[in-house]
Amino acid sequence: MILLGAWELSLAALLVIASAALAWRLRLGISGSLLIAGARMVVQLLLVGLVLKAVFHQAELAWVALIAVAMVLVAGYEATARQKRPMAGLWSFGIGVGTMFLSTFAVAVLTLTVILGPTPWYTPRYAIPLLGMLLGNTMTGVALGLDRLTQSLWERRAVVEARLMLGHPAREAIADIRRDCMRAGMIPTLNAMAAAGIVSLPGMMTGQILAGTPPVEAVKYQILIMCLIMGATTAGTALAVQVACRRLFDTRERLRLDRLKGS
Amino acid sequence: MTGAHQLDVLGLRMEGVGPVDLWLAGGECLVLSGPSGAGKTRVLRAIADLDVHTGSVSCEGVAAEALAPPAWRRRVGMLGADSQWWRDRVDEHFDAPPTAETMAALDLGPELLQAPVARLSSGERQRLALLRLLANRPRVLLLDEPTANLDPDNVARVETLVAHYMADAGAAVLWVSHDPLQRTRVAHRQMRLDAGRAGREPAPGERREAPG
Repeated sequence: MILLGAWELSLAALLVIASAALAWRLRLGISGSLLIAGARMVVQLLLVGLVLKAVFHQAELAWVALIAVAMVLVAGYEATARQKRPMAGLWSFGIGVGTMFLSTFAVAVLTLTVILGPTPWYTPRYAIPLLGMLLGNTMTGVALGLDRLTQSLWERRAVVEARLMLGHPAREAIADIRRDCMRAGMIPTLNAMAAAGIVSLPGMMTGQILAGTPPVEAVKYQILIMCLIMGATTAGTALAVQVACRRLFDTRERLRLDRLKGS
Repeated sequence: MTGAHQLDVLGLRMEGVGPVDLWLAGGECLVLSGPSGAGKTRVLRAIADLDVHTGSVSCEGVAAEALAPPAWRRRVGMLGADSQWWRDRVDEHFDAPPTAETMAALDLGPELLQAPVARLSSGERQRLALLRLLANRPRVLLLDEPTANLDPDNVARVETLVAHYMADAGAAVLWVSHDPLQRTRVAHRQMRLDAGRAGREPAPGERREAPG
C-alpha cells in the first residue's frame, strides 16, 4: 500500500484551490464557502482519524454509542441547515434527527448482529464506518425530501387549499406532492445503485481496492452496503416526509404554512 | 337567537378581523362587501375552517368541530377567487361529471369535460369550478368574487344558476362582491366589513345607524 504524506495531499488540495479560483472568476458567489468547506473537510477528517484510532483501541459500547449519537446529530443539522423554507423552531432538525436515527440505527444494528456478526457486535471498526455510510446517504434523501416538501407546499398552497375546500381529506390533497418528495429523496441513491460499477466505482470499494483488498472481496462489501443504503434511505426519506406532512396540517386539516420559518 | 339557521356565525375572530356575527336562512343570500384588505376572504376561509379562528360556526345546528373537516367543507363549500386545477383534463377533477344541461346553463359545451385544463380560458375555468363545487351539494355556499373573470352574459348565467341552486337545494349563500349592481341583484341582505369589523349595510332608503 502506498502511504500518503503531507506533500502528496497538498498537491491534491491545489485542485480545490483551483476550483475556488474558477468559481471566483465566474462570479458564482461560492468560492468562499468552497474554501471553507475544503478546510473543514481536512480538519474534520483528521480529527475523525484520531478519534477512530482511540475508539478502535478502546472498543467500548459507550464510546461507540456516543460517537454514533454525535454523528446523527450532525447529520440532522446538515440535512436541514440549507433548507429554503425550514419549519419554525427545531422541527426540521428534530424530524431529520428522529427519522435518521430510526432508519439508520435499525439497519446498522440488524446488519451488525445478523449479517456481519463481529464480536462484540458493536466492534467500532465495523459499526462506525457502516453507520457513517448509511447516515451520509440517508441525510441526502431526508434533506431533499423535506426541502422539496416545504417548497412545494409553499408554491402550491392554492391548489392544496382548493382541494381542501372541495372536501378532500388533507392526506388526499397532498398525495401527489408527498409522492414527489419521497421520489426526489430516493432518486440519488437509486441512480447510484443503477450506475454502480459502470458509470462510477463506489467510493468505499475504490478505497478498499486502493488499500489492497482483493477486488472481488471489495465488491461483495460494496453490494452489501448498497443494499443497506437503499433500505435506510427509503425508510428515512419516507418517514421524514410523512412526519413533516403531519406537522404542516393541524387536527382540523388546515394547511399550516405559518409553521414554516419566516412566514 | 332564534334557534339554528342554515349558517350561524357567532363571534368569529382572527388576528385583525372580527368579531363577526352573522346568520343565514335556507334559500337566502347575504352579500358581504367592504374595502380590499378588510378581511372578506378571511371570513369565508374561517367559516370553511381553513384558517385558525375563535368563535363558533355551525350549519343547521351542527357545529364545525362536531364534523370531520372534509365533511364540514362538503356541507359548507367555498369557491376561491382563482380556480385551481391539479390534473391535466377537466373531467379528472369531477367525481361525477355535470350534466350537459347544467353545463349549457353556464354556456359550457359538453366537449370541455375532455379538454386539457391548460386550453380553457380563465372564465371557463371559473365556471367549471363552480359546477365542481356544486357537485358536492353544499348546504351553504361561500362565494369569493365568483364572477370576477366573467363577461356580463356569463355573470348573469352564474347569478341565475346560483339562484336556482339556492332555491332547489334550500342552500344559503354568502357572496363576496365588489360590484354594487351585482350586490343589489343577488342579495337578500347585505353586510359591510370595514377594517375587519362587520356592520350592517343600510338598505336602500334606510339611514345609516350612528356608530356605536
